[in-house]
Amino acid sequence: MNMFTISGSPHVHGDESVKKIMYTVVYAMVPAILVSIYFFGLDAARVLLISVMACLFFEWAIQKYLIKGPVTINDGSAIVAGILLAFNIPANIPSWIIIIGALVTIGVAKMSFGGLGKNPFNPALVGRVFMLISFPVQMTSWPVPKALFSSQVTDAITGPTALGILKEGVGAGKTIEQIMTDPNMPAYIDRLTGNMTGSLGEMSALALILGGIFMVIRKVIDWQVPVSIIATVFAIAGIFHLIDPTHYIDPTFHLFTGGLMLGAIYMATDMVSSPMNMSGKVFYGVGIGLITIIIRLWGAYPEGISFAILIMNAFTPLINSAFKPKRFGTVAK
Amino acid sequence: MKSLKTFARGGVHPDENKFSANAAIEALPLPKQLVIPLGQNLGAPPKALVKKGDIVKVGQLIAKGEAFISANLHSPASGKIAKIDDALDASGYRRQAIFIDVDDDIWEEHIDRSEDINRTISLSKEEIVARVKECGVVGLGGATFPTHVKLMIPGGKTAEYLVVNGVECEPYLTSDHRLMLEKGEEVLIGIKILMKALGVEKAIVGIENNKTDAIQHLKKLAENYNGIEIQALYVKYPQGGEKQLIKAVLNREVPSGKLPIEVGCVVSNVGTAFAVYEAVQKNKPLIDRVVTVTGKAVKKPSNFLVRIGTPVSDLLKAAEGLPENTGKIINGGPMMGKSVSSPDIPVVKGSSGILLLPREESKRPQPKPCIRCSKCTVVCPMGLEPYLLAKMSKLELYEKAEKDSIMDCMECGSCQFTCPSNLPLLDYLRLGKQRVGHLIRTRK
Repeated sequence: MNMFTISGSPHVHGDESVKKIMYTVVYAMVPAILVSIYFFGLDAARVLLISVMACLFFEWAIQKYLIKGPVTINDGSAIVAGILLAFNIPANIPSWIIIIGALVTIGVAKMSFGGLGKNPFNPALVGRVFMLISFPVQMTSWPVPKALFSSQVTDAITGPTALGILKEGVGAGKTIEQIMTDPNMPAYIDRLTGNMTGSLGEMSALALILGGIFMVIRKVIDWQVPVSIIATVFAIAGIFHLIDPTHYIDPTFHLFTGGLMLGAIYMATDMVSSPMNMSGKVFYGVGIGLITIIIRLWGAYPEGISFAILIMNAFTPLINSAFKPKRFGTVAK
Repeated sequence: MKSLKTFARGGVHPDENKFSANAAIEALPLPKQLVIPLGQNLGAPPKALVKKGDIVKVGQLIAKGEAFISANLHSPASGKIAKIDDALDASGYRRQAIFIDVDDDIWEEHIDRSEDINRTISLSKEEIVARVKECGVVGLGGATFPTHVKLMIPGGKTAEYLVVNGVECEPYLTSDHRLMLEKGEEVLIGIKILMKALGVEKAIVGIENNKTDAIQHLKKLAENYNGIEIQALYVKYPQGGEKQLIKAVLNREVPSGKLPIEVGCVVSNVGTAFAVYEAVQKNKPLIDRVVTVTGKAVKKPSNFLVRIGTPVSDLLKAAEGLPENTGKIINGGPMMGKSVSSPDIPVVKGSSGILLLPREESKRPQPKPCIRCSKCTVVCPMGLEPYLLAKMSKLELYEKAEKDSIMDCMECGSCQFTCPSNLPLLDYLRLGKQRVGHLIRTRK
């Protein structure tokens, strides 16, 4: 006799899957990967490869030997974490530091909380911040980009980032005009295309935005998160620039330097650690923007988005219970 | 171009797969035996009036609905009552049913069997309601709520609009589509009858834009029927949900926990309108309906006019057999239909279609952890948080689930359809609704 399956409705499923979402994120990062290889050459490829391989290895080893459960490294989430970790570190960093960072990313920030879907904080950012605190020298000596096929012969020259120059200059009491004449300060067009000192993946705002648009179209991220972060940073920086242009740089400088684009588009939008409801996502984005610009303008670090995202990650459960979707057939509160 | 109307929040777009859209309605011959389950309507089942050995004619009352929410049952064939016994129905349980050995097709004399369209509505408001009740008409969209009860508007409320559901948003199903094409004028007269019974001047028929032929056809016919507007709608599931349909055509929101009459609307299906036409103009009780038989491997996807009580296996034979690789038989559409264990169950008033899924589509994929992508909250047409409600239900936090409006869930399945982790969200929501419903009842 024929046996028929009995199960509750619905009996059909759409074409969404975890794997598809993760690989969409990977594809969205391809432009930024290409830019990083263009500017940093084999060093960028080395960092990316070691980071991804180490993340995959630690996830596999922990699932197989510590948890003794099913191994799910082919769902793509460890690859995403690996690429994001690589994006957040300088291209000249020693390989062994990357491996330690990957262990913290996968072992501490992801698997110890229960694995995929359970991590309260963005794993790659936890890894990055751990490395920044543990290896401050290696993490803040960024290589100067050397475009492929360029006649530049010097190799392994390091320099400060644009935000670092700004922070140091302001700290020394210089005016913005004086700071901008610093020979290491990248020109406007270089800030846009990514021809400047910085971490591997934060170089080109254009490449990052391109991937972001792709993810919005594929409904992997909501545009509200990056837009609210960027708009908040722009607005606050803009207000202070209007009040005192000699000591506060113009707000577009903040948009295209440091990790703002990378953080806003790829890190803050991490599904697991960001809020679930649309109004909550906007609140979260504004919060990240505020904390970022506060750190950048008045904090000890030149860069603030990593801390800002981690702080707002911590608020995500509270944001979820404070911001509910509007129920059908009720009057909005 | 003016963009098409639809409901504002949530919704999904499953593959339509309307294979039987061009198959004209075909009357199926009578089987040797009919099995008529007593509980075919929402509410209390009617009480059997016949006993073993009784001789019945087509259209004869065989069970009477006595409770306020109940519906009469009539014999769909002439013959002898074989027994009254338990029989498997779509619910998966064995329930009381009347078995009729069919010998012929002899009809009650008062039923008008001619094909002539009777356009004059001579019955009064009260007479219409009484006739609809007498003829056992229930909502044919799937809910099988007794239609005469719907026509009695509670005191203090007034109906302004009759909203007619010609959406057929379930993938695969085409029975309403064919009915609108082939019995369009009868459907419109049925709508006029319903309007008269409700005392409303305006009716809007909502039809999704994947049925342009039906929209054109009804628009043309509606020129002769005052007050009936045909509204093309953007294709989006679950537009056939009554709250979504009212939102789509009138931009009114039925308040949480309330009925459409709260915003001046009564909603009825096109199939129901046709049954009302037959009851009121032809004196014909609800003894047959159009059923779609379809599926990717079905040789001849069809729309059959079937007597109630016909075994589903007869319909499958007429559609050239149960495909070899069938893994699941669904009574209804793929989004809200019920899977059944056997093709031997009978067609009932609420059967809109029989869908056969191949084996590879029958088993659910392995669930993965929730990645908190929030797609379920985005697609929920009721503005709920399915991931959260499912978790509360799993953890037995029923009071919390009630506060987070679990009872507003209409079980459309959009959340589970879209979940990238293949989580059985609706299973948990159903369980939670059942428990919360119990909590609410014991509190009273």
